[in-house]
Amino acid sequence: MAAVFQGLGAATALSVSNSLDSRKFLVSSRKSLSERKASFLVVRSDGRVVPRSNARGRRAEQLITNAVATKPDSSAVSTTSKPGHELLLFEALREGLEEEMDRDPHVCVMGEDVGHYGGSYKVTKGLADKYGDLRVLDTPIAENSFTGMGIGAAMTGLRPIIEGMNMGFLLLAFNQISNNCGMLHYTSGGQFKIPVVIRGPGGVGRQLGAEHSQRLESYFQSIPGIQMVACSTPYNAKGLMKAAIRSENPVILFEHVLLYNLKERIPDEEYICSLEEAEMVRPGEHVTILTYSRMRYHVMQAAKTLVNKGYDPEVIDIRSLKPFDLYTIGNSVKKTHRVLIVEECMRTGGIGASLTAAITENFHDYLDAPIVCLSSQDVPTPYAGTLEEWTVVQPAQIVTAVEKLCQ
Amino acid sequence: MSFATTKFAHPIPLSTTAARSNDHKPFLDPFKATRFLGSTHKFRFHPLTNSNHTNIHRRSAVVAVSDVLKAKKPKSTSNLLITKEEGLELYEDMVLGRAFEDMCAQMYYRGKMFGFVHLYNGQEAVSTGFIKLLKKEDCVASTYRDHVHALSKGVSPRAVMSELFGKTTGCCRGQGGSMHMFSSEHNVLGGFAFIGEGIPVATGAAFTSKYRREVLKEADCDHVTVAFFGDGTCNNGQFFECLNMAALWKLPIVFVVENNLWAIGMSHLRATSDPEIWKKGPAFGMPGVHVDGMDVLKVREVAKEAIGRARRGEGPTLVECETYRFRGHSLADPDELRDPAEKAHYATRDPITALKKYMFENNLVSEPELKAIEKKIDEVVEEAVEFADESPHPGRSQLLENVFADPKGFGIGPDGRYRCEDPKFTEGTAHV
Repeated sequence: MAAVFQGLGAATALSVSNSLDSRKFLVSSRKSLSERKASFLVVRSDGRVVPRSNARGRRAEQLITNAVATKPDSSAVSTTSKPGHELLLFEALREGLEEEMDRDPHVCVMGEDVGHYGGSYKVTKGLADKYGDLRVLDTPIAENSFTGMGIGAAMTGLRPIIEGMNMGFLLLAFNQISNNCGMLHYTSGGQFKIPVVIRGPGGVGRQLGAEHSQRLESYFQSIPGIQMVACSTPYNAKGLMKAAIRSENPVILFEHVLLYNLKERIPDEEYICSLEEAEMVRPGEHVTILTYSRMRYHVMQAAKTLVNKGYDPEVIDIRSLKPFDLYTIGNSVKKTHRVLIVEECMRTGGIGASLTAAITENFHDYLDAPIVCLSSQDVPTPYAGTLEEWTVVQPAQIVTAVEKLCQ
Repeated sequence: MSFATTKFAHPIPLSTTAARSNDHKPFLDPFKATRFLGSTHKFRFHPLTNSNHTNIHRRSAVVAVSDVLKAKKPKSTSNLLITKEEGLELYEDMVLGRAFEDMCAQMYYRGKMFGFVHLYNGQEAVSTGFIKLLKKEDCVASTYRDHVHALSKGVSPRAVMSELFGKTTGCCRGQGGSMHMFSSEHNVLGGFAFIGEGIPVATGAAFTSKYRREVLKEADCDHVTVAFFGDGTCNNGQFFECLNMAALWKLPIVFVVENNLWAIGMSHLRATSDPEIWKKGPAFGMPGVHVDGMDVLKVREVAKEAIGRARRGEGPTLVECETYRFRGHSLADPDELRDPAEKAHYATRDPITALKKYMFENNLVSEPELKAIEKKIDEVVEEAVEFADESPHPGRSQLLENVFADPKGFGIGPDGRYRCEDPKFTEGTAHV
């Protein structure tokens, strides 16, 4: 019971989108909070869901019998034409990369250990043998300079893909990414374009320690002139990789360390995913859950539980972290009137924070409840497994948050 | 100076990099989709700490250019360094640089341009000495002290002056300003506000040149990149990282240090453990040369060799030009820290006066010819100011243009259309 309380307490602290900390909520005299507290206590003390409001009653009538979709809808559409082939996410990235390198000889890769070593997560395995050491360039450990070199190469006609061995290393390249990558097209009056793709694994892994567990999307999001996308399935990994390479804009492609071994069947024929569009993972009626990257899987796991409890969540993988696909998101908000954002970024200044602002700005009138944003705690990711688990959002917290939101 | 490269460790035989003719087919084969210089394991077996190697570098580096020139026995009847045409070209370029910068100062104090403006007075020999040897396809990357580099490379004075005035007719549509002079036509890669930022970009341009030759099989691509930067930058990580990469991959680049002894108010001697910057070249495996940057002819001789090396595929060179800026760091700098005696000393070494003297002493030109050039340049600069004055300011609609090469990057709006299709976007009144 104590553990449950702790978990729920943490969830509440995270899910309240204004600035309360977990201790304050127990003694707060705020009216809205005590209302929530009362309902929350009911759930907690029973350990079971208690039917409460009218809204809940209505929902119980619409029995949701279908299981949660484990594959994104778009792939269901696309795999009907041919049987397709099965592969892991890192192989999908490689396939996309290889297809683009075959298609355009100006596409090249540079990064640490991308060549002979095949990439620290094997995304570029075998490519150096096929394309040569100049096209798949093993760089010295000098992120700022080889990122700048990639930018200079892009300005003069090549299309480099710059790999950060871990996204966190790109903090060293922030100078080049912000000043040159993002701004150079503008300051040159449109004379030079920077069609680079900057990619690499980020996110919280399995006890990798604080510095290898960073979420750079929150740091880069303010840079004008760049696009950011996050892949989450083999299908969209390949599609986004190809789209990013073909784009004339600089694109930062965020991969996640824990998702590289996801397996999926993807189409044999060529396809790309739109860089600006979000992906509808599971249509629903009761609540919009916006997520991306690894948290998508926590959300889908939570969705299974929610479906069993009679909820019908709509899950959208936003994919495009900058700019946001306000159309897909907006349509969903207009349908469900409740929004839950589940992200891995830190509480402060993350993608969720920006998304909350964007939705509030654009769709305020359609909201029946304040937007709830579940993010990681504002702590350096601890090494200890138990602590690490508590810094990121877990499915149980998502379930609780949806239940609270849907009262 | 090419003997240096044969002696130290390069697994690839020289002939593959030296031969440029089109009928030398086999030279391309060793590069066919396999190993190239920087990656081969063979590197390990050639100890780079070989004392032979360092001596050779020192030997090629320390010799003053003027001594080399005296030692050479010229075969032609004339032992002059330049012809009359070349002399006039160099003179005109340096006078343009000087007159333009003086006009910038005037315009700044009259309130026509704002912000940080860094003038190049006194350093013209470096820009002219190097850039006048380049082809149009060769690239130049600079720093915030970039007006004269752009002018030497061929960007029209009108475009540069308009850019400084912030008008749409500027080379960057008024969006860059003094510190961001770009020209895709003339391959000027900027113009960078943070020091050291342009060096990796220049390295990238050199990488493209090598890539074109070896991957895209454009056998006659021998484009060279020249990166200009100052003494302060030589303590910055990007400088060292790029020296390493350029030497490692033998990129066709020349690193030109414009050592004017001062980084705003920080004396080079106070900031650097070993102030002799040219020495840092051999530490990375490239020749380092020191030259008198107030003498355009000396700079030109060194530049010929360095650019030639790069063109032949022999790799990068580090050239330290000892020069001086007659004005403060920028127009906002009161320049109180520098010793007047030092300034007076360098004023006597004014590169324009020095070239004039050389040309008169060798009867290359006459006084009226030079006067005519000066008058012409005055008119060009005046006209540039007029053009800039009369040019329009950027309209509101320009605000959101050029943020993205592909404006779909602004994303999809709530109505389902791409935001760039919203008319408010083209008017510049939409909020991004």
